[in-house]
Amino acid sequence: MRVAVVVFPGSNCDIDLYEALTSVCKVEAAYVSYQQDNLAGFDAVMLPGGFSYGDYLRCGAIARFSNIMPAIQQFAAQGKPVFGTCNGFQILTEAGLLPGALKQNDSLKFVCKTVALRVENNQTVFTNQYQAGEVIQLPIAHADGSYYADQETLAALEANHQVVFRYATENPNGSLNDIAGITNRRGNVLGMMPHPERAVEQLLGNTDGLRLFKSLLAGQTIKEAAH
Amino acid sequence: MKKVRIYVTYKESVFDPQGETITTAVKSLGFPQVKEINVGKFFDVTLLETADLDQTIAAISEKLLVNFNLETYHYQVLEEQK
Repeated sequence: MRVAVVVFPGSNCDIDLYEALTSVCKVEAAYVSYQQDNLAGFDAVMLPGGFSYGDYLRCGAIARFSNIMPAIQQFAAQGKPVFGTCNGFQILTEAGLLPGALKQNDSLKFVCKTVALRVENNQTVFTNQYQAGEVIQLPIAHADGSYYADQETLAALEANHQVVFRYATENPNGSLNDIAGITNRRGNVLGMMPHPERAVEQLLGNTDGLRLFKSLLAGQTIKEAAH
Repeated sequence: MKKVRIYVTYKESVFDPQGETITTAVKSLGFPQVKEINVGKFFDVTLLETADLDQTIAAISEKLLVNFNLETYHYQVLEEQK
């Protein structure tokens, strides 16, 4: 398996993602510049956290016009796994790959802490190594993580089990339905505000994020065995 | 040439946390008559060519300036030069 870590101007969690994949999970990964225009040879794409384009206009609003975005759209349309954390999630919503939007936290504060999340759907390529209903701990670090979608969209997300992670004990940002992470209808695009890549080694004090990467690998292994 | 101001605000259904905080602050400054303050932003756009102004503003807003999940917009013409 080979994973692309997309680097935008202002990304700052790209190395965390890369190291989680390569050093910890022993998966081949490569940085792909926002100026590139193809993703040939990759089996998954990851969009890191950070402040692409300085969060100008709206978080992720400018990044979605990068050269690389048509290739990501095409990659997603082919059903291949696309993952975005934090700013990556914001970019995926701005690009229309995920429904809804992320707005300023209700508290108006940048929130940086570890929060409890409930795994609401473990039947995705990103969560198959978690138990359904399991509560895990992951770090968050954002000022604009309040998930919003209209009532119709929220109802559809819930009905289709697209809410994958939900804040379990406290809602840190005002997200509707306590939403922390969602997939698209097909389930191959996941966006989440928490940072699994910051919780992959005991040295970091937490390994609850590791199974997200292991899930992706497990899915790939099954796919390869079937061929 | 025309100078146009595009106003972008949250839809009414969307909670505006800055607006609420500012409303509370203004009330505490001794203005109990203030019911509500909402925050938005505006973009001043100077256009060289103004045929199809409505469509041009709509296209710019839809493509970039406005996130229709959260926001809505309107505009006014500020200056007109023949």
